[in-house]
Amino acid sequence: MTTLTMAKALNAGLRRAMEGDDKVVLLGEDIGRLGGVFRITEGLQKDFGENRVLDTPLAESGIVGTAIGLALRGYRPVVEIQFDGFVYPAYDQIVCQVAKLRTRSGGRHALPIVIRIPYGGGIGAVEHHSESPEAQFAHTPGLKVLTPSNPVDGYWMLQQAIAHDDPVVFLEPKRLYHSMKAELDPALEPGPLFASRVVRQGTDATLIAYGPTVQTCLAAAEQAAEEGRSLEVIDLRTLSPLDLGPAVASVTKTGRAVVVHEAHRSFGVGAEVAAAVTEHCFYALEAPVLRVCGYDTPYPLSRVEHEWLPTVDRVLDAVDRAVAF
Amino acid sequence: MSDPIQLLTADGTRVEHPDVAFTPDAALLAQHGDEAGVLKALLRDMSLLRRFDVEATALQRHGELGLWPPSLGQEAAQIGAGRALARQDHVFPTYREHGIAWCRGIDPVGLLGLFRGTDHVGWDPVEKGYEPVTIVIGAHALHAVGYALGVVHDGAVGTGDAARDTAVMACFGDGATSQGDVNEAFVFAASYHVPVVFFVQNNHWAISEPLARQTRIPIAQRADGFGFPSYRVDGNDVLATYAVVRRALEHARSGQGPVLVEAVTYRMGAHTTTDDPTRYRTDDELESWRRRDPIDRLAAHLRAEGIADDAWFTALDAEAEELGADIRARCKALPDPSPLASFDETYVELTPTLAAQRAEVVELMDLDGAEHEEVAR
Repeated sequence: MTTLTMAKALNAGLRRAMEGDDKVVLLGEDIGRLGGVFRITEGLQKDFGENRVLDTPLAESGIVGTAIGLALRGYRPVVEIQFDGFVYPAYDQIVCQVAKLRTRSGGRHALPIVIRIPYGGGIGAVEHHSESPEAQFAHTPGLKVLTPSNPVDGYWMLQQAIAHDDPVVFLEPKRLYHSMKAELDPALEPGPLFASRVVRQGTDATLIAYGPTVQTCLAAAEQAAEEGRSLEVIDLRTLSPLDLGPAVASVTKTGRAVVVHEAHRSFGVGAEVAAAVTEHCFYALEAPVLRVCGYDTPYPLSRVEHEWLPTVDRVLDAVDRAVAF
Repeated sequence: MSDPIQLLTADGTRVEHPDVAFTPDAALLAQHGDEAGVLKALLRDMSLLRRFDVEATALQRHGELGLWPPSLGQEAAQIGAGRALARQDHVFPTYREHGIAWCRGIDPVGLLGLFRGTDHVGWDPVEKGYEPVTIVIGAHALHAVGYALGVVHDGAVGTGDAARDTAVMACFGDGATSQGDVNEAFVFAASYHVPVVFFVQNNHWAISEPLARQTRIPIAQRADGFGFPSYRVDGNDVLATYAVVRRALEHARSGQGPVLVEAVTYRMGAHTTTDDPTRYRTDDELESWRRRDPIDRLAAHLRAEGIADDAWFTALDAEAEELGADIRARCKALPDPSPLASFDETYVELTPTLAAQRAEVVELMDLDGAEHEEVAR
C-alpha cells in the first residue's frame, strides 16, 4: 500500500502499462526529458527509451495523426495533449480520423489510442488552460470518454484504457494532479472500466458528478449531512458510454437529482444526464433534474474563476431548490 | 527548379536522363519476360485503368453511383508509382488513386462501393497494403508518417533484406500541399527520419483553384525547406514516374528518410462528377494536355519500336471492353449493406448505449415486415 498523488498514480499506471506491453508508446510535447509539464511521464523516457517515449514536434494534429499511423502498424499509442485548450488543432484528427477510421475501414481496423488531456479549472491559469471539452468528445461516435476523479481510479482506469481496443479520450482533472492523495494497493483487481459508481450513500437527493466536481459534491454532501440532509453522490467515471445504472437506481430512491460539472451548461453532459434520468425515473422524480455547471461564456479570468466554477454553495443551493420544488 | 524528369516524350520517343533510367525491378521482369514485356504490361495497366474509370463515370451518369472522382489523364502517374511498390510497402491513398489500387491487386469493383453507398472499403487494407481512401484533404499524410514510424520501430527499414525493408507511400494532390496536416507530416517525417514517400500528383487543379493559388514555387521545392530530398517528374510519362518512384521508395526503405515526388500531370476530367470544369479552365489548356496523353505516348512508342502490333492492340481493346462490361454488371449487383453494419463497425466493443439503439432498429425493421428480417439476422 502506497500513498500517491493523482500525478504519481497516473505515472505509475503508465509505467505498468508500458512494462506489460512493449507496443505501448507515448507521444507528446515535453513528455520526454522534462517528464511533461505536469510531470505525468516523469522518468519514463529514461527507463523505456526514446522509441517508447517520444517528444514530438509542436503540432497537436501531427501528434494525433502520427498516433493513428502507429496504431495501424500495431502499436498502442498514448498521446498527451499538453492542455485542454490546445486539443483543437487536433480536432479533425480526433473526430474524423480516430473516431471514424474503424467504421471507414468497414470494421477492419481497431484504433487502440488513448488521448490524455489535462482538463478543468481552478488552478489560476491563463486563458486556454482551464477548459472542459468533454461534451465535444462524448458527442462523437467512435470515441470513448473517461475521467477519473481520484488517484486510485487514475491508476487503474488509465491502464484499462490503454489495454482497451477502442480509442479513448482520457480526461485528467488537472487541479487534482498534485493536490489529491490516496492510498493505492497495486495488488488489488480493478473494477469494470465503463461503470459509474456510488461514492457516498444518501437518501434525500442524488448528486451526479465526474472528474474534478466529485470532490466538490462530496464536500457538499458532508456539509449537508451536518445540516441533517442526506445526499447520495455518483461518480460517473465514464461519459461515453454513459453508465447511468447507479444514477437511475439512486434517483429512483431519492426522487431528486442535481448534475454538477465545470463545462458550460448548454448542450453539455448534464443535459444528456438530465434527459436520460428523466426518461428512466419520470414517476419517481419529485423535482426536475437540475444542473450546476460552468456558465455559457469562455472560461473567465483566474481572479474570478471561483465565481464561475461549481462550488459547494451552488450545489447546496440547487439541492435546496430541488427539495423545495 | 529544372524541368520534370522525362524518359518518354509526348510523341513517344525514349530519351536519356543524366540521373534516372528506366530499369524494371526483378519481379516485374520475371513476370513479363523482358523490358518490352514490361512496357506492354504498363500500357495494358493504363488502358484498363482508363476503361474502368470511364465506366465508373458512366455509372455515375446512369445513377448507379452517387459520385465519382475520375483519374482520367493521371494513368501514368498512378501506374508508374503503383508498379514501383513492393509487396510489403503500404499506401495511404486519397479518393482518386484508382490506378495505384489496381496495382495493389484490388478488384476495381471494390473501389465503387463507397460511391454507391454499399461499402466503406471493398478490400482488406492490411492484406493489400492499401488503406481506406481519405476524403478529408491531407489528413492521411500524418497516418503514413505514423505508420512509417512504426516500421522504423519494427526494424523493418535499412536491413538490406529486400523482402523486409518497407516504405510507406502517402498520396495527395497539389491542393493538399496547402493543408496544415500535410505540412505537419513533412515536419514529423523529417524529424523522425521515417521511410515515407510523399507522392504528390500535381494535376494542376484543386476543384476550380489553379496550382498558382496553392504555391508560388514548384511543389517539389517545398521539400528543401523541410530538409529532405525531392524529385520532380513528368507524371504523364509512366517510365519516368516508375523510375523516380522506384528510386524514392528504395531511398526510404534503405533508411535514408523521407522523399517527396512531385508527378506533374493533369486532371483531364472533372474533379468529381458534380464538377463542371468548363466554368474555370479553357479548351486550349485541355487540348495542350491532351497532346501529352500518357497512354497515347507509350502506345506510339510501342508501335514505332515494333514492340506491339495491331493484333495486340485489338486484343487489348477487347479486354478493356470486357472489363467495362464486367464492372458495369458487378457494380449493379453490389448488395446493399445491412442497416446494422454501422452499429457493429463503430466500436470493437459495442457499448450498451449503442446496443440499445441497435435493438431499436432491429425492432423497427421487424415492424416493417418480413423483407427486412434477412438483413436483421
